[in-house]
Amino acid sequence: MDLALFQRHSEYAWEIAPHGAMRVPAVIYADQDLISNMDHKVYEQICNVAMLPGIVQASYAMPDAHWGYGFPIGGVAAFDAGDGGVVSAGGVGFDISCGVRCLRTGLQVGAVMAVQKKLADSLYRDIPAGLGSSGTIHLNPAAMDAMLLGGAQWAVVQGHGDAADLECTEEQGCMGGAQPACVSEHAKRRQRDEMGTLGSGNHYLEVQKVVQLFDSSAAQAMGLHEDDVVVSIHCGSRGLGHQIGTEFLKRMVIAAPQHGITLPDRELACAPIDSRLGQEYLGAMRAAINCALANRQILTQLVRNVFARVLPAAQLTLLYDVSHNTCKVEQHTVAGTTHTLHVHRKGATRAFGPGHPALPDALRATGQPVLIGGSMGTASYVLVGTRAGEALSYSSACHGAGRAMSRHQAFKTWQGRQVIDELAARGILIRSPSGRGIAEEAPGAYKDIEAVVDAADAAGLARKVARLEPLVCIKG
Amino acid sequence: MSVNTATGTGSARASTRWEHFPHDADIGVRGFGATREQAFEQAAMALTAVITDPAGIVAGGKVEIACQAPDDELLLVDWLNALVYEMATRNWVFGRFAVRISGQDLGAQAWGEALDSARHRPTVEVKGATYTALRVAQQADGSWVAQCVVDV
Repeated sequence: MDLALFQRHSEYAWEIAPHGAMRVPAVIYADQDLISNMDHKVYEQICNVAMLPGIVQASYAMPDAHWGYGFPIGGVAAFDAGDGGVVSAGGVGFDISCGVRCLRTGLQVGAVMAVQKKLADSLYRDIPAGLGSSGTIHLNPAAMDAMLLGGAQWAVVQGHGDAADLECTEEQGCMGGAQPACVSEHAKRRQRDEMGTLGSGNHYLEVQKVVQLFDSSAAQAMGLHEDDVVVSIHCGSRGLGHQIGTEFLKRMVIAAPQHGITLPDRELACAPIDSRLGQEYLGAMRAAINCALANRQILTQLVRNVFARVLPAAQLTLLYDVSHNTCKVEQHTVAGTTHTLHVHRKGATRAFGPGHPALPDALRATGQPVLIGGSMGTASYVLVGTRAGEALSYSSACHGAGRAMSRHQAFKTWQGRQVIDELAARGILIRSPSGRGIAEEAPGAYKDIEAVVDAADAAGLARKVARLEPLVCIKG
Repeated sequence: MSVNTATGTGSARASTRWEHFPHDADIGVRGFGATREQAFEQAAMALTAVITDPAGIVAGGKVEIACQAPDDELLLVDWLNALVYEMATRNWVFGRFAVRISGQDLGAQAWGEALDSARHRPTVEVKGATYTALRVAQQADGSWVAQCVVDV
């Protein structure tokens, strides 16, 4: 990206002044290397987002931003319904409420490494992963609607996990305002046999070790210590979310002229928040959030069942569950006054700072855990939200490393077996049904996660707490 | 996998073929044909090739598909998304297609079989076809191209 296009406000904040049809500025948080290497499409996309009706303050991109659909992946934008603001299906994405859940195990590395292979094989056998896999749960229409209304709370009532898990899940495990009636029969049909499945692509389940702490006080509050073992689950709302995204994208594109909206890019398909279509999308999207929360809750119980057999001493407790593809109604301070805004985060993680009322009691003084997924061979991170993040990016931070190479190029560069063997030599066991999928997800196909996380920390979006490295990775 | 999954020839006519094109996080599918219908069929082959080698699919079963959209480009996305839906809900993969387009209506047959993980070695699930790099156009030589990025 050409740095001459930006006004540099600080070492980590790069602003594009409004021009053309832009209503507000666009801001990218990154260091000079990251922004230099970003695709020019990110520039085009954050400028396009800044043209949408009712956008407030600025269109933002996080340090891991890359070319997405309409919004860049790593994009954040907030809209005011009272000012003609919109909700955008493209601004949430296809994998609605994709997110990361992290579980403490109460174990240390030595105990897990003693049974590493058995654990990897058992997790691979019991966690449905990859294309065509289905779970053991099959929902009839009444159960489907109950799940879409209840989310992880529904899953816990059905016997998947503990009520204590809900305290450390966003929205206490149940997104209000879900409307199963707004979810099509096609979307429900796609989900019927997919509860408790991981999916494929960049989704994974990892057993990880805590290798470094950066903030001992926050780590203490989160129950993290060096050498601890945790389990991270990265997945979303599966076929249901994909189908909802697909259907509403088309409806919003077709309806845009009726709403008086000129779309700079069809993928930015949106509708006024107060329109019937906007409200129907919000009802369906919130149901998909509940689907993702229920899915990760069911997977949690499957993981607990495996640990109970392989490592009975383990006590799997939830550190936190946070999504990175959502639109949520939140209160934010803009120019000194409080506004109720629809905040879109597309490949960006909510990162509430200390004291935020949405946080569970045990974390309120610390701030919200921000869970950043890496690739198979690199690190993941736990960060914590900051007070400064509120003014910088509506309390949002990055969500992962972000791809540096296309899948096509990665497949030409690596072979699945070679990646598995190289990682095994480093003590990381990979289990996956797809060799080509492993090649496409090779660690070298991703950006340097250290640079992304360091930029988020230095920019003040979130603060580093712990670095995690994989021991076992179940890849879809 | 030894087969080159990046390109493929759909028939003896060199103008009827498919290919993939790069996107940062996902993958682009592109079909070429002498007609718009053939380009749509080849784009569907490219979609299958994101998941598995189309040559390994026994096209024994048939599914009827119908969709409707106000323009050619939205119709392409609808067509590919209809296939994504059929693959997801039937747990099938498709290796042969016949498309008819009349105005805003598309009718098609897709031939394929149940996914066999051991034989098809599926790479990745396609979440949906997108409007990114979306293009349906007749080229200077009269042939057609149909393309978009699919989210995986």
